[in-house]
Amino acid sequence: MLSKVFFLYFASVIVLTSSLAITRRNAMHGVLYMLLMFFHLAGLYLFLNAEFLAAVQIIIYAGAIMVLFLFVVMLLNLREDVQKSRFIRPWIIGFIISSGVMVIAIKAARSVEVVGTGRWGIKEIQSATHIGAIGQELYTHYLYPFELASLVLLVAIVGAIVLAKKRLK
Amino acid sequence: MVPLNWYIWLSGVLFCVGMFGFITRRNLIIMLLSVEIMFNAVNISLVAFSHYMEDLTGQILVFMIIAVAAAEAAIGLALVIALFRNKETITVDEFNEMRG
Amino acid sequence: MTLANLRPMAPELILIALGLVLLMLDLICRKKEMLAIVTLIGAILAFYFIKGSHGGLFDGMFIADLYSNFFKTVFIINLLLSTLISVKYLDTERALHGEYYALLVFATVGMMTMASAGNLIVLYLGLELMSLSIYVLCGFLRNNIKSTESAIKYFLLGAFSTAILLYAISLLYGSTGSTDFNKIANAVAVMGAGAALKPLLLFSVALFVTAVGFKIAAVPFHMWSPDVYEGAPTSVTAFMSVGPKAAGFAIIGKIFFVAIFGLHVEWVKLLIPISVATMITGNVLAISQTNIKRMLAYSSIAHAGYALLGILTADGDGLTAAMNYMLIYMFMNVGAFAVVIMLRTEDFAGDELKDYLGLAKTHPLAAFLMMIFMFSLTGIPPTAGFIGKFYIFTALIHSGQLKLAVAGVLISVISAFFYLRVVMYMYMKDPEVETPVSDSLYLKVALAISVVMVIVIGVFPGKFIEFAKASLILQ
Repeated sequence: MLSKVFFLYFASVIVLTSSLAITRRNAMHGVLYMLLMFFHLAGLYLFLNAEFLAAVQIIIYAGAIMVLFLFVVMLLNLREDVQKSRFIRPWIIGFIISSGVMVIAIKAARSVEVVGTGRWGIKEIQSATHIGAIGQELYTHYLYPFELASLVLLVAIVGAIVLAKKRLK
Repeated sequence: MVPLNWYIWLSGVLFCVGMFGFITRRNLIIMLLSVEIMFNAVNISLVAFSHYMEDLTGQILVFMIIAVAAAEAAIGLALVIALFRNKETITVDEFNEMRG
Repeated sequence: MTLANLRPMAPELILIALGLVLLMLDLICRKKEMLAIVTLIGAILAFYFIKGSHGGLFDGMFIADLYSNFFKTVFIINLLLSTLISVKYLDTERALHGEYYALLVFATVGMMTMASAGNLIVLYLGLELMSLSIYVLCGFLRNNIKSTESAIKYFLLGAFSTAILLYAISLLYGSTGSTDFNKIANAVAVMGAGAALKPLLLFSVALFVTAVGFKIAAVPFHMWSPDVYEGAPTSVTAFMSVGPKAAGFAIIGKIFFVAIFGLHVEWVKLLIPISVATMITGNVLAISQTNIKRMLAYSSIAHAGYALLGILTADGDGLTAAMNYMLIYMFMNVGAFAVVIMLRTEDFAGDELKDYLGLAKTHPLAAFLMMIFMFSLTGIPPTAGFIGKFYIFTALIHSGQLKLAVAGVLISVISAFFYLRVVMYMYMKDPEVETPVSDSLYLKVALAISVVMVIVIGVFPGKFIEFAKASLILQ
């Protein structure tokens, strides 16, 4: 019962802050609402026994990505853009499309059930700790994706410099 | 215990909030934020599935998505800066160099 | 694990090493032409190692088989041709930064990873590696507004479609309990007829169709492609009109023909209207274009529609025909873009249709090559384009989709109008302005390779069809 109450609190805050984030006129406010949302998402991950992901969510998403967004918003200093209207003219079409998808998504997930047959039940994760469990999987079974991710990050580093540096040579 | 489909519902609703923002907003930065919201919606459902199936694959994928989201944000914001330098605006409907 | 165990992924490893070497060389090397030569050598080395790469690695996350080797061949040839046509073009655009070649190489690694993925996680990372590199390549001319704008459009829609793909992946994971293609296929097979009744699974199939539609620029998800193709540097346009599209078809094979083949009745239903709409829209909108890059963009949309027709048969023959079509499309499309680049000189853009007026009088060879590529894109025998279309339509007729085959033939008649208009401009009109062409050895080599392949495949198709047939994923 208590867990349901907590879930409802986190879920409603997440939906509320994300809706606020995408409707604010000022991008800065949007970014700040996103920060609030990420903290609540991390709370939700704690409920799902994913402590490491909760930490990563706060460190990477809130700490790195959103700070990057904040830097860019401040760097560009968009005073005049705030005056313009926020949405595209036929915003109602976007509303119809996305609420249609939402109805389908909700209907499709009405009767979802899975069986816990995997290797990592709550007990196993608790005895190995969550970081230990993730680490074991990541560096054995999922080594190849892990190495690929490093390549993606390298491309991002090179690419961001190519695009944003003032003068190349 | 919270039923699994509550999490999947939350993820669906959040995904559509992000989608609405992406389709209708004209500010580039908010469009990027909307895509981040969509990624996070996916993450919720992955973590929930993974927890209820007692299988860590979903969480590994979430880990990868977060890493790639950081890379994508870096590229996206670099593009925004490059565009602003050329054009002094980040409103989408003023992108009209090409028509046909 | 020793180095010898990694033999199946030798082509990828060589290209990754090549990318890193290029980044280093850029610091030391004054002459940027050197970097292109290094890229060519590395790519040829990787090409050589494709043959003989067999087997799975990392618990089946990486699978090198004949299917992935076919696509790797396409990707590496695409890399070679794109490098060849880039050398002179980058010089003209004053964008000689060494990162260009490294990013081309990394994008190719991403595509190859997608083609040999055994797991949805690997597929996603390969896709991102490819996309991130190409976003940067599109915006590579940093002081050109068109280039930056095309990059940001491609980025936004790319990220959006990736989010849709991820949602599909998460629902598929939720309903089958795995991200491994074979395990998903088993789980779907166990459900049997019940699979089509699971709403979550069906929703995920629909999302997959949408996401892949974005990636191969199918209608109604094609809006991004004309702007992106027009604005991006022409050499990048040539690269990305083939690479990501072929990679899209590689993942169609992996997802639709392996993982969720049990649901093929459902996804065929979704794909039929998409492929017909793609062919019609691409061809009809191409007619009114005055910019040749934009025209080729719409033509590339239309060609994705033809290749999708092969997928609709949901059998081996159709997939072979679609794979074959991608191989042929690469040569004729890169060839056409190479001619467009040839016309780009210091102070002459050369991408408007009227720049081609009377080209046959001023530069007969360039005009002749363009004519061959245009004939091939239309599908006139004895060029390769005819063979590609012929096999697609034959596969369709064999699987009983006669109506679709007839529609495809009729629609491709429309396409003759705008392709042959270019030929008419070149041969039957008088030149308005003196059009200079650039003479670069690299460009000539690329043109020679493309034109020889277009004709050879057109005249002796047997060997190439066998190559594609032997690479089938469904054994």
